[in-house]
Amino acid sequence: MTDPSRDRTWRFLHEMIRIRRFEEKCAELYSAGHIRGFLHLSIGEEAVSVGVMHALAADDAIVATYREHGHALARGIPMDTLMAEMYGKQTGCSRGRGGSMHVFDAAKRFYGGNAIVGGGLPIAVGLALAATLQRQPGIVACFFGDGAVAEGEFHESLNLAALWRLPVLFVCENNLYAMGTRVDRAQSQTDLAAKARSYRIDAAAVDGMDVLAVADAAAHAVASVRSDGTPRFLELRTYRFRAHSMFDPDLYRDKSEIDAWKQRDPISTLSRTLVERDVATAALVTAVEASVADEIDQAVQFADESDWEPAADLLKDVYTR
Amino acid sequence: MTITYRDAVHAAHREALLKDPRVFLMGEDVGMYGGSYAVSKGLLAEFGPDRIRDTPLSESTFVGAGIGAALGGMRPIVEVMTVNFSLLALDQIVNNAATLRHMSGGQLHVPLVIRMATGAGRQLAAQHAHSLEGWYAHIPGLRIVAPATLEDARGMLWTALEDPDPVLIFEHQTLYNFEGTLPDDAGPVDIDRAVVRREGSLVTLITYGGTLHKTLQAADALATEGVSAEVIDLRTLRPLDMATVLASIRRTHRAVVVDEGWRSGSLAAEVMARIVEQAFYDLDAPPARVCTAEVPIPYPKHLEEAALPQPASIVAAVRGLVGAHV
Repeated sequence: MTDPSRDRTWRFLHEMIRIRRFEEKCAELYSAGHIRGFLHLSIGEEAVSVGVMHALAADDAIVATYREHGHALARGIPMDTLMAEMYGKQTGCSRGRGGSMHVFDAAKRFYGGNAIVGGGLPIAVGLALAATLQRQPGIVACFFGDGAVAEGEFHESLNLAALWRLPVLFVCENNLYAMGTRVDRAQSQTDLAAKARSYRIDAAAVDGMDVLAVADAAAHAVASVRSDGTPRFLELRTYRFRAHSMFDPDLYRDKSEIDAWKQRDPISTLSRTLVERDVATAALVTAVEASVADEIDQAVQFADESDWEPAADLLKDVYTR
Repeated sequence: MTITYRDAVHAAHREALLKDPRVFLMGEDVGMYGGSYAVSKGLLAEFGPDRIRDTPLSESTFVGAGIGAALGGMRPIVEVMTVNFSLLALDQIVNNAATLRHMSGGQLHVPLVIRMATGAGRQLAAQHAHSLEGWYAHIPGLRIVAPATLEDARGMLWTALEDPDPVLIFEHQTLYNFEGTLPDDAGPVDIDRAVVRREGSLVTLITYGGTLHKTLQAADALATEGVSAEVIDLRTLRPLDMATVLASIRRTHRAVVVDEGWRSGSLAAEVMARIVEQAFYDLDAPPARVCTAEVPIPYPKHLEEAALPQPASIVAAVRGLVGAHV
C-alpha cells in the first residue's frame, strides 16, 4: 500500500472501528456496573471526530463536549487511560475525577470534556487569544452540538473570535437533537452555518457521515484558519444511532428515522467502498476488528486492575497551594 | 503624597503590565473609556490595544476567554463592571475556573484574576449595588479577596496574578475615592491573612471591604464610651484566616461580625458558625451580626442607608453584647 490517500482511508476506517467498539464495550460495562454516572455514546458520529482530528497538528488545542470518547481516541489519548477514566480509576487520564464527561489530557492539548452545553466555546476563544498574543502557531478546534447554538455563549464566542480575528475552528456536530429536542423545534433558523456567516465567519455544511468529506472539509478549513489566523465554522450533519445517554428511553424519534440514518453508517459505508474498489478485502477488515478487540481487552484489563484514588487525596488539587 | 484607592488599583495594574508580558487586561470599557470606575485610565495609550482590550458586552464569553487564555499560558486580568453583572458569567466562574484543576486530576490550572466592583452606597438601586462576594466564597477552587485599604488595593493584584489558581478581587465601589497616603515603595502584599486594624480588649469586630471603615468609625465611637473594640479585616474571604479571628476572640471573649451581604446564608453566617464551633467556651456572650436588611437595595438615599450596616447599628450591636460591662 504505497498510495498515501489509501493509507489515510485505511487509518480512518481503523480509527472509526476503534471508537465504535470502544463505545459498544462501554455500554456493556455500564450495564455491568463498572461505568456509572452519565454515559453519552457517539455511535454513528465517528466520522466527525476522526475526520476533523486528522486535520490537526500536535500544537493545536482541542475543546470538546461531554460526548467526547471519539475525540479523545482520535486525538491519541491512549485507550487504556481513557477506559480507566470511564471506571473512575486513578490511572485515568483525568485521575478518575471526571469520568466519561470530563476527559482531559494536557500533553495532548485536550481541554475537556465540557458538560455544560456551550460552555467550552469561550474557553476555545481564550486559548486562541493566548496563542495569538504569544505568537504561537497552534489553532484551536472547538467541538459542540446543535444544542449549543441556542446558548448565548455560542453567539458571544463567534462574535468575539471574528471581531478579534482569532484562530478557532468551530465544529458544530449537528446530530439534529439537543437531547430530545429536534433542531427545528429549537431554532428559528435551522441553517446553522448561516448563523456563523452572520458573524462574518466563513462557514460550510458537510455530510458528517462521510469521513472522507469531513476530512477534506476539515483540512481545508484548518488550512484557512492557519493562513490568516481567523475563525472558520463547519457544520457536520450527523446522527447518533443510540439514545442521548444510558437513561434516555428515546421516545422522541421514529425508529424509521434511525433506520434510515443507519443506512449511511460511516463505518460500513467506508468498509464496503474499500472492498468494492479492491482496496481492501473482507479478511483485512476482519484483521482490523481483531486488533481493535485485543486493544479493548487490554484497556479493560488495565482499568479493572488499576487502583482507586485514596480517599485521603480527596482534597488534592482543589488549590495549587 | 495623598492618593486615592482608585490610584492605588491603577498603579497595581501598571506594575503588573510592566513586570510581566503575559499580563493583559480585558473587560467592558477598560480601554478607550478608561474603565467604568476610571481605574484603567491611560493604560490603553501606554500599553496598546493587545494588552488593554475593550470587550463587547459578553460577560460569559470574556470571562471564559480569560480562563482559556490562562490555560494557554497568559496571566489575564478580567474586569467585570460590577458584581451584579458577574452573574452573567457564573457558568464560566463556577463550572470552569473553579473546577478545572481538580476535575482534570491536577493537569490544568487557571491563573486568572477577575476584578469587580461590589456593594452599595451610591444610590445605584437593586441591580448595581449588591454584595455577592459571599456567594463566591462558597465555591471551592476560588480564592476571594476584598482589599479595603490603599495598601491592599495597591498590593493584592500582583500577588493574585502570581497565584496559580483563579482569584476574584472585590473592590467596594464606595472606596474608589477613599484617600490616604502610601509609601513610595508600596508593593505586593499577602492574600492569605486577616489583620487586626485596631487593637482592643473587650470585643472583636470582624469585617472586610467597604464596611471596614464604618466598623472603625464605630470602634472610635465606642472608645468614647469606654468600650475597647478590636477590629479585624478579613481581607481574604476564601480561604478564611480563622486563626487570627480566634486568637482575638480568646482575648476579648465577644464577637460581632459586620457584613454588607444579606444575613441568611451569608459569609457572616459562616464566620459565626466557625466561631461557635471553635471558640464556644471562650465566649462570654452569644456572637452577634450586623448585616444588610434582606431587601433588594432601594434607590432613595434614606432607604439605602437604612438597609446597610452603619456605624450606629454596629455600636448598638456591641452595646447589646457588653452592656453589663459599661
